[in-house]
Amino acid sequence: MTSRDAILAAVRAKAPAPAASLPHVPLFERPSASHLDEFRENLLRMGGKFAETKSSGNLADLVRSLFPQARVVCSATAEVTGTRPLGAETDPIALDDVDVGVVRAAFGVAETGSVWLSEEELRVNALAYLAQHLVVLLDPGAIVPNLHHAYRNSRFKAARYAVLVTGPSATADIEGVLIHGAQGVRSLTVVPLPRQ
Amino acid sequence: MRVGLFIPCYVDAFFPAVGIATLQLLERLGLEVVYPLDQTCCGQMMANSGAQKDAAGAEALFVKNFHAFEYIVTPSGSCAYHVREHMDAIPQTADVQKVRRSTYELVEFLHDVLKVDAFPWAEFPHKIGLHNSCSTLRKLRTAKASEIDEPFFSKPVNLLSKVRGIEFVTPSRPDECCGFGGTFAVFEEPVSAKMGYDKVADHHNAGADYIVSADMSCLMHQQGCAERLGLDIRFIHIAQILNGDRA
Amino acid sequence: MKRIDHAEAASGFIAAKAHQEFHDRRLWDLRLKRDREAHGIPEWEELRNLASQIKEHTLARLADYLEEFETRAKANGAHVHWARDAAEHNQIVYDILAARGAKTLVKSKSMLTEECDMRPFLERRNIAVIETDLGERIQQLDDEPPSHIVVPAVHKLRGDVSTVFARTIGAEPGNEDINYLAETQRRTTRPYFLRAEAGMTGANFAVSETGSFVVCTNEGNADLSANVPKLHIASIGIEKIIPKVEHLGVFIRLLSRSALGSPITQYTSHFRAPRLGGELHIVLVDNGRSERLGMHDFWYSLKCIRCGACMNTCPVYRRSGGLSYGATYSGPIGVIIDPTFDIRKYGNLPFASTLNGSCTDVCPVKINIHEQIYKWRQIIAERNQLPFVKKEMMRLAGKVLADPRLYRAAISATGLALEHLPRFAIYNFLNPWGRQRELPQPPQQTFRSWYLENRSRS
Repeated sequence: MTSRDAILAAVRAKAPAPAASLPHVPLFERPSASHLDEFRENLLRMGGKFAETKSSGNLADLVRSLFPQARVVCSATAEVTGTRPLGAETDPIALDDVDVGVVRAAFGVAETGSVWLSEEELRVNALAYLAQHLVVLLDPGAIVPNLHHAYRNSRFKAARYAVLVTGPSATADIEGVLIHGAQGVRSLTVVPLPRQ
Repeated sequence: MRVGLFIPCYVDAFFPAVGIATLQLLERLGLEVVYPLDQTCCGQMMANSGAQKDAAGAEALFVKNFHAFEYIVTPSGSCAYHVREHMDAIPQTADVQKVRRSTYELVEFLHDVLKVDAFPWAEFPHKIGLHNSCSTLRKLRTAKASEIDEPFFSKPVNLLSKVRGIEFVTPSRPDECCGFGGTFAVFEEPVSAKMGYDKVADHHNAGADYIVSADMSCLMHQQGCAERLGLDIRFIHIAQILNGDRA
Repeated sequence: MKRIDHAEAASGFIAAKAHQEFHDRRLWDLRLKRDREAHGIPEWEELRNLASQIKEHTLARLADYLEEFETRAKANGAHVHWARDAAEHNQIVYDILAARGAKTLVKSKSMLTEECDMRPFLERRNIAVIETDLGERIQQLDDEPPSHIVVPAVHKLRGDVSTVFARTIGAEPGNEDINYLAETQRRTTRPYFLRAEAGMTGANFAVSETGSFVVCTNEGNADLSANVPKLHIASIGIEKIIPKVEHLGVFIRLLSRSALGSPITQYTSHFRAPRLGGELHIVLVDNGRSERLGMHDFWYSLKCIRCGACMNTCPVYRRSGGLSYGATYSGPIGVIIDPTFDIRKYGNLPFASTLNGSCTDVCPVKINIHEQIYKWRQIIAERNQLPFVKKEMMRLAGKVLADPRLYRAAISATGLALEHLPRFAIYNFLNPWGRQRELPQPPQQTFRSWYLENRSRS
């Protein structure tokens, strides 16, 4: 008997009965004045930053003004041209020296200040982790109220890799002192900008 | 109304004033209070140690003593909880089930059954730190526990608020266990003592003159800690305050 | 196997005053943050109910959901392996690594791999295993197991971390600046991510509807481990299964709020299929879980989502530290799981509890922890695993308290003893109560004798 069969047989034999029924999960909607305001408030609470820009034409300027010391900028979105091209076939290891990564999120979640990214938005998944800083473009119209809404998005069933990113990398493992930039990005900046 | 009075073993032996106050209080409220002379213990010490076989004798004796009462009242949250929820080392006859259903902790009984709305004979002009034992708080649910998201309620506060002169002070961790835990106090003495020290220091720092509880077992442990620490703080059971005992 | 003596270990922990006081304050602070988050969501108690129901339903139909998970995962291009126990798990992981010539493995936090004692197994076979979570890395470098499932080095102060890092990864001796220490770990760990041939994660949830699994971290180290090397191995306990993606709304909303008092972890990562050019292996592990499923009173412990809220609230845990339990799982969840691994070794752990019930109140999936602790004590007594002194004490107490006359004689004798014995005879090594507490004073008369004098008609 294979381990698979042995485990399944043991689980079947021991399962408690009768089984509780599967409950329906509501959406827990709450009236909100502005999803964008709630999103921004939670993003800041989680250590993220929020940078307004007047128009898409100024994006490159914005990135430069936020990170004047940056030498290597890699963009996964056509809206911003980085200093180095980024393709889906780029080796993740080559991203080790990236100062700033730029991506456009598929949507955001107001309840938590999270942004949703997959391999499509990232081109190379590791970009969001090897870069020292991340800039995330987010359409203010693409913010859902809460995680129940987020998890009804069908893209979860199609993406190979999907991540809800909420602020920068963080840890408080030493004496409870909060540090940003544990292993991943030191800062995460969301730029509210409608999709063109 | 006729009630059977159950006095836990440690109250009988070390804190009879609590038993006396309970009896006198119930009599003031017009009840006929009967104390079966051959009672001993509810069995919880053995049961909480997993020793069901050893608990059976005490449990059977409890039922033998109390099966003729419609109401059994005890000034002990942990005993009332044990009888209602855990007294199963003996066969669950009709008598056993009746006794289990009919057992009340004093605060529950005063608040929910008698619905007492005044204690005109009582006065206690002191700052008190209320210690809700884990038995009354999380098992019998006589007050809101801080972990649970629900509106505030507290049966002991409702009762004590009717006593002239009482002033409540709140420690920084009102709901944290004081560390008595029955035989835990002996077998895990280092942690038990540390928890007790922290608890009495917390109440003391909040300005309490007295620590009040519905469970004398917690108070016995806290008093032992406070005395060893040399802390100027006193201990009194809720029955004594409600009965009008003055300090 | 020698029985773990929690009280003894706790005594040592308490003696280190600065460490114990920090530990207690830090974890109590997490408990308070959890309260703030919980009370900020009107549907909090409803979410707990939903989470509990979803888990109970799933566990009762676990075999079907496991099969569905496997079918989907394979259709997604992932490899699925099954491990009956820790040894099999470790061998499977080794075989995957060896087949690809992998020499270095970067991994994120996984209690399951701790449970299986995987690291020494791989290291003995010349595979370097690098813990990448800061807390886990500290513990690895200090050759100590993690003490808490979410904050592994919470029992250490900055000086301890400085000492470990100076000894092992070239940090400047005496530099206790926390930013410096964290940066040192970041700087020295990064090269491993870049050169490791394989990365390993655990999983918080495995969704059978999609064959995907979810990893929640704050540091981003799981995402680095999974997305830089070409090979990603995920070890997943079979109890982590939930039926649908939409259920994640419930669990993700509960997890970080319960664990750390933050609405979500910085990274909530969903892995459904290998990345293009990469390889994904999932190892489903039993290691006693199916056995526990069949335990009438204890299968509810399988609902656990490893948030650690029970540890943060437990007044005993906060004052004794996770290492005092001598097991992979400590605190309240630990004391109800560990006896299933070894009832002799862990037979004392269910007694490292006051049964106060706070753990049950904070558990996001409503495991009735304190009730299971109570029931475990019965099993331990039945299997004759109570320590001799306690067993005898209960037998004696049982006899005395079952007989009114024996009881009265004992009370009388105790009263006399306390009244007449000199202090040194009462307060000595035989009397644990008296080590740090005063005993109550014996009164003039018992309640019963007062009653006879003042009320009884006979």
